[in-house]
Amino acid sequence: MPTPAPRIEEQTSPEGRRLVVSGAWTAADLTEKAVWDALKIQLTGLKPGQAAETGQKDKTSQTGETAETAETAETGQGDPASAVYWDVQPIEKLDHLGAQLLWNHWGRAWPAHLAIAPQQRAVLDNVAKFSAEPSRPPKTDWLAPLAALGQRLLSMLDHLNALLRLVGQLVLDIGRLARHPAEGPWRDLSGHLYHIGATALPITALVGFLIGVVLAYLMSEQLRQFGADAYIVNILGISLIRELGPVLAAILIAGRSGSAITAQIGVMRVTEELDAMRVLGIAKGFRLVMPRALALAVVMPLISVWTTLAALVGGMLAANASMGVTPAFFINALPAAVEVSNLTLATGKSVVFGLLIALVACHFGLRVKPNTESLGQGTTASVVTSITVVILVDALFAVLFKNVGI
Amino acid sequence: MTEAVIEIKKLWTVFQNGDKKSVIHKDLDLTINRGEIVSLVGGSGTGKTVLLRQMLGLEHPTQGSINVLGKPAAELGKRGAASRVGMLFQQGALFSAFTVLENIAFALRELKVLPPELVREAAMVKLQMVGLTPDAADKMPSELSGGMVKRVALARALIMDPPLLLLDEPTAGLDPESSDSFCLLLRALHRQMGLTVIMVTHDLDTLFELSTRIAVLADQRVIICDAPKEVVAFAHPFIHEFFLGPRGQRAMELLREYPFTV
Repeated sequence: MPTPAPRIEEQTSPEGRRLVVSGAWTAADLTEKAVWDALKIQLTGLKPGQAAETGQKDKTSQTGETAETAETAETGQGDPASAVYWDVQPIEKLDHLGAQLLWNHWGRAWPAHLAIAPQQRAVLDNVAKFSAEPSRPPKTDWLAPLAALGQRLLSMLDHLNALLRLVGQLVLDIGRLARHPAEGPWRDLSGHLYHIGATALPITALVGFLIGVVLAYLMSEQLRQFGADAYIVNILGISLIRELGPVLAAILIAGRSGSAITAQIGVMRVTEELDAMRVLGIAKGFRLVMPRALALAVVMPLISVWTTLAALVGGMLAANASMGVTPAFFINALPAAVEVSNLTLATGKSVVFGLLIALVACHFGLRVKPNTESLGQGTTASVVTSITVVILVDALFAVLFKNVGI
Repeated sequence: MTEAVIEIKKLWTVFQNGDKKSVIHKDLDLTINRGEIVSLVGGSGTGKTVLLRQMLGLEHPTQGSINVLGKPAAELGKRGAASRVGMLFQQGALFSAFTVLENIAFALRELKVLPPELVREAAMVKLQMVGLTPDAADKMPSELSGGMVKRVALARALIMDPPLLLLDEPTAGLDPESSDSFCLLLRALHRQMGLTVIMVTHDLDTLFELSTRIAVLADQRVIICDAPKEVVAFAHPFIHEFFLGPRGQRAMELLREYPFTV
């Protein structure tokens, strides 16, 4: 059903300048781009016309009021629109948006001469009653950047503080578990072991295998120049077992399970489940944080060993293909090339990585505010922070244990 | 002049759960005219909310047709849909990342035609029309009380003055006082804006306070859709239980014709 476009027609009648408003002034019509553009041109075209009208004010006021127009003369002294007769009765449909547009065009005041139907007046009354000057944005504060810097520092300290508390709480909870093992959330723990550990096996194996292949191919080019083909075992052995395996696994798990943990706990905040737990007297540290932390502490070294093995297999096959180092030689030479202490170091490192990923993820999950935006930010911050922390701690391990196993 | 706003013809809704079929609606017919306030009542599981969602095109019926404002319901969710139908969801469904004012203005602002100041002012008018004060404009949805959430959600539904308003349990979860004032508000808006309102409600007070007609869903169809007095007099076990139980008796004292014409 086509509706006539909203428009304002200018008519010159005996009593002066007359603006007849007609068409459909509704949200549906006004939000059509073409209609709006046409109307905007009309509206802006009228503004200067009105200003010019002030000169004729005396003339029009002399003509007086006609019987057919309902007159309002509440305002308008000195108002440029006062010299104009507005007739809005021909409007077919008028809703609040259309009324708002007219009202704003009138400069937020009733025009002096206005013909209007009662229903239209009711809509305009609503707009007039509730329309307020839009509030100005607050002035820019020159100290704001400095304050923001301080805020960031404080929030970082706040994060550290909360993380420290979480560690403390975890120690207490593990103590409680040791004293009353029957109370422990064992089903939860096994669930997390499965979801974080078992389901991550294919992806970690694939990534590990490919990294092993890539490393072996790159190294073989370099080693062949020195005729040191056999050292591929040493290079792959040390780098994969001691460094790349654990870090690769930790980064994958941080991206995969760290985000999941944050999102899970964050959604629990959004749906008030965390509050419900508190009211029921269930400690979230014992029930939410500890099982996840323990599960990751158990799973991380296992995944790390698994990733390392996949990478070694990849490296071994690639070494065979590119340099003819047979798998049999590779396996025989490996124990001599890599000391067992490297494996111990890697496993120990992985336990720490697992704990850190779980704690960081839980920390950001518990800080989510009950809205969707905060949930997204929390999850992103959790993944970025846990990966950064993993690499930082790995560097720390490298410095501290530089004399071990090499 | 009676003009059908909603026309449902021969509607079938069948939910397939594994190999178990459950028929929710069977040959359901319902016509709602302009300016009416129609309440959908029925026991739980009779598909009231499903019917409401089908009117919005959020779910598709297995068979039959639903016409909303002369067009199939499935074509509703296009650009500018907010100017055709407004919906008040049971939990409000406010966008939690937006402030109250941004929530209200969202549909209008997203069309990117009107200047931002005009959109802002239009939203401010709606905010105050639903009985909120301007200082609520910059609050986040999580800071609002239940009654305020419903009011903001109503203002958001009305931003483009749609002729049709659907309400899912408008007074559920509100205390009696806010639920009364919400009813008053709905009635005032109905009169001012000439809205057609369809609501699902269990609240008998709201039901008798607002409805011009009550549609009763039972036996997989609409067994009666008529003025409250006629519905109460209709002989059917569900109606007997629903309206003539102790709660119903108390609310029936309110029963009076709502003097209203558009």
